[in-house]
Amino acid sequence: MSVIIVFLLVIAGFAGWWLSHQGLMTKPWLEQGVASDLVGFDRSGLPTAKIGLGVFLAVVGCLFALFTSAYFMRMAVSDWQPLPLPRLLWLNTGVLVLSSIALQCTSVAARRGQIDTVRLGLAVAGLTALAFLIGQLMAWRQLTEDGYLLSSNPANSFFYLITGMHGLHIVGGMVGLGRTTAGAWSGARRERLRLGVELCAMYWHFLLFVWLAIFALLAGWAATFIDICRQLLT
Amino acid sequence: MVDITPADGIPPAEIAEVELYHPHSWWTKYVFSQDAKVIAIQYSATATGIGLVALVLSWLMRLQLGFPGTFDFITPEAYYQFITMHGMIMVIYLLTALFLGGFGNYLIPLMVGARDMVFPYVNMLSYWVYLLAVLVLVSSFFAPGGPTGAGWTLYPPQAIMSGTPGGQDWGIILMLSSLILFIIGFTMGGLNYVVTVLQGRTRGMTMMRLPLTVWGIFTATVMALLAFPALFVACVMMLLDRVLGTSFFMPAISEMGAQLQHNGGSPILFQHLFWFFGHPEVYIVALPAFGIVSDLISTHARKNIFGYRMMVWAIVGIGALSFVVWAHHMYVSGMHPYFGFFFATTTLIIAIPTAIKVYNWVLTLWRGDIHLTIPMLFALAFIVTFVNGGLTGLFLGNVVVDVPLSDTMFVVAHFHMVMGVAPILVVFGAIYHWYPKATGRMLNETLGRFHFWVTFLGAYLIFFPMHYLGLMGIPRRYAELTDMTIMTESAHHLNSFISIMAFIVGFAQMVFLFNLIWSIRHGREAGGNPWRATTLEWQTPQTPPAHGNFGKDLPIVYRWAYDYSVPGAKEDFIPQNMPGSFGPSREPA
Repeated sequence: MSVIIVFLLVIAGFAGWWLSHQGLMTKPWLEQGVASDLVGFDRSGLPTAKIGLGVFLAVVGCLFALFTSAYFMRMAVSDWQPLPLPRLLWLNTGVLVLSSIALQCTSVAARRGQIDTVRLGLAVAGLTALAFLIGQLMAWRQLTEDGYLLSSNPANSFFYLITGMHGLHIVGGMVGLGRTTAGAWSGARRERLRLGVELCAMYWHFLLFVWLAIFALLAGWAATFIDICRQLLT
Repeated sequence: MVDITPADGIPPAEIAEVELYHPHSWWTKYVFSQDAKVIAIQYSATATGIGLVALVLSWLMRLQLGFPGTFDFITPEAYYQFITMHGMIMVIYLLTALFLGGFGNYLIPLMVGARDMVFPYVNMLSYWVYLLAVLVLVSSFFAPGGPTGAGWTLYPPQAIMSGTPGGQDWGIILMLSSLILFIIGFTMGGLNYVVTVLQGRTRGMTMMRLPLTVWGIFTATVMALLAFPALFVACVMMLLDRVLGTSFFMPAISEMGAQLQHNGGSPILFQHLFWFFGHPEVYIVALPAFGIVSDLISTHARKNIFGYRMMVWAIVGIGALSFVVWAHHMYVSGMHPYFGFFFATTTLIIAIPTAIKVYNWVLTLWRGDIHLTIPMLFALAFIVTFVNGGLTGLFLGNVVVDVPLSDTMFVVAHFHMVMGVAPILVVFGAIYHWYPKATGRMLNETLGRFHFWVTFLGAYLIFFPMHYLGLMGIPRRYAELTDMTIMTESAHHLNSFISIMAFIVGFAQMVFLFNLIWSIRHGREAGGNPWRATTLEWQTPQTPPAHGNFGKDLPIVYRWAYDYSVPGAKEDFIPQNMPGSFGPSREPA
């Protein structure tokens, strides 16, 4: 459970930082009125939707941290036989990176108001994300054909489970991306479009980060890394 | 008194108008509504409906325990199913949904001075996914093999084996699917509650001016958002074990002489995941109750809450600590002694912020102008009950005492007192308190007092004797113990007594439900602010509040939520949105 504890410590750090800006030491019973000093404790200037997405990503992060925790705990049992990762996953990783870069460029373009670039960027991001999903499915097929079935070993079970969960989150993101793309073609308001693109980019970067982390986990590097950390500590 | 109002007046609330969805038809107004108040009523009604099912299940269990062998239709399998569904419904589908989905939706926008939740569409979806989860849960009663009988903790391997009711039938699959749906629905709602508190507050409403109700619900929601994923992970993995034959939790095991295909899985892993959710869940239910009870006590004792800052810190502290105590539910799983020592320590440390809260409630009452209204009665009953339940928690939190008491009726008595009866008392108090705002009418006083006394005294008569049964060593989760030597004559009498009390207390809840429905039409007119309270929900132009809550202009907040009995003020309460400063200097010398 150490992974989830570390993850929650990071969240607690954020929460503590935020709380420290909320005037927890003020004495509200002595202060009346509305003044500029109080505005500092007011709402954040960020768009509400971004904060909402940020909170959601914390929940998603929590989910994957828990899968990782479970992975490490189950790994310690002797019947664990790691499966060889298909080389296709490297290609998929590259495609997902491309998708993320495309959305980053799109959000720059949206800020500048270049609607044609935005449309192009959204289309590229959507197609590459789709390509990633297809690539993942092909990797699954390759593994099942080689006899690495879901239930034959816990390492396989975790592989399908975690990549599947990640894929489902990409599918969910595609819905948001689809809506934004539809907005870009049907002439949504500029600020609205920009916000939509930025939200998509944020979500994509996060899922890319999650993918890199679980790729490292499934490939076994994460375990090696943790072993090194443990040896350094003891 | 520091008056920090600028000399050149206050600019109007400069919040960008929320894009309110305006309903066009009866359907979008009352059924597929995006108004948080309607969603709150929907959540509460659904939770109450499924809660009634759980109440009936508890009666059936008590029939069996009190009068074993009398009722043929209660087979041991049926008994396990009743126990499982009762626990799961009460903890998750009733209490969590009612506190966060019901009170959260109704109170957060009104109390922080917002027109609605920040993502109303997602909020609506949240309710419908919750309803779907409840329907899937209910459907398991009609599925072949009936609902699961694995106990509310659903421990593998027994949960998905054929010896457990529903284990190899539909029961466990429907249970796990329902939980997964619930978590998805809750996450949608939870995002709303958190972000509305962060971003929806009106001008002048700083975090430190929020009523403690909002602090409680806010912190509980943050915890729930971080804890429910653990249950989600556990449910998904168990579903795969059951349906696709993986071995996440299932060890090599044989059933009826036949070797199952599972191999090497770790049941302890499930326990860790389950309790990583399960322990914060206790506080997810308790923190909103803490917050609400603070407001009830302050309002009905006409006195400012004692130690507001400390109350906020305690809520946040309890929320953080509750994530590092989960393994105290697993002392008997064979853990390393140092591990147990660590978790016993963290468990006992939680007593500190909790005790701070209890002291502050009592000190708020001290020399207050206590009105023994029904909400106040329930709030007082909560304090007593929570302290009682908390004290037995000190026993169970210690490894050496927990081991012999584990899985006895003592545990049942403990958690029913601390997270069953105590939060439910707050739910009742809160309903008596806010019903006038939601309907415009008061609940009937006589029926209310009857309901209070029967529920409060009855709950003690039910759960106090259970402690003794537990100390005698009588285990929980056994359908019948008639032939065992520990089941003495007196223990039998005690069991029958508990059962009769359970029926009486259950009957009082029917009176309460009747009161809820009857008073909608026949209750006394309440007016806008019957309790003369300070918080924003009582200052709305209409009662019940209209769509958009606050009429043309959002209120501006000038003070904290607890200006009761301020010396020099015209009345004994000053609404949060009333400008000006009152009273002699309260500055410390």
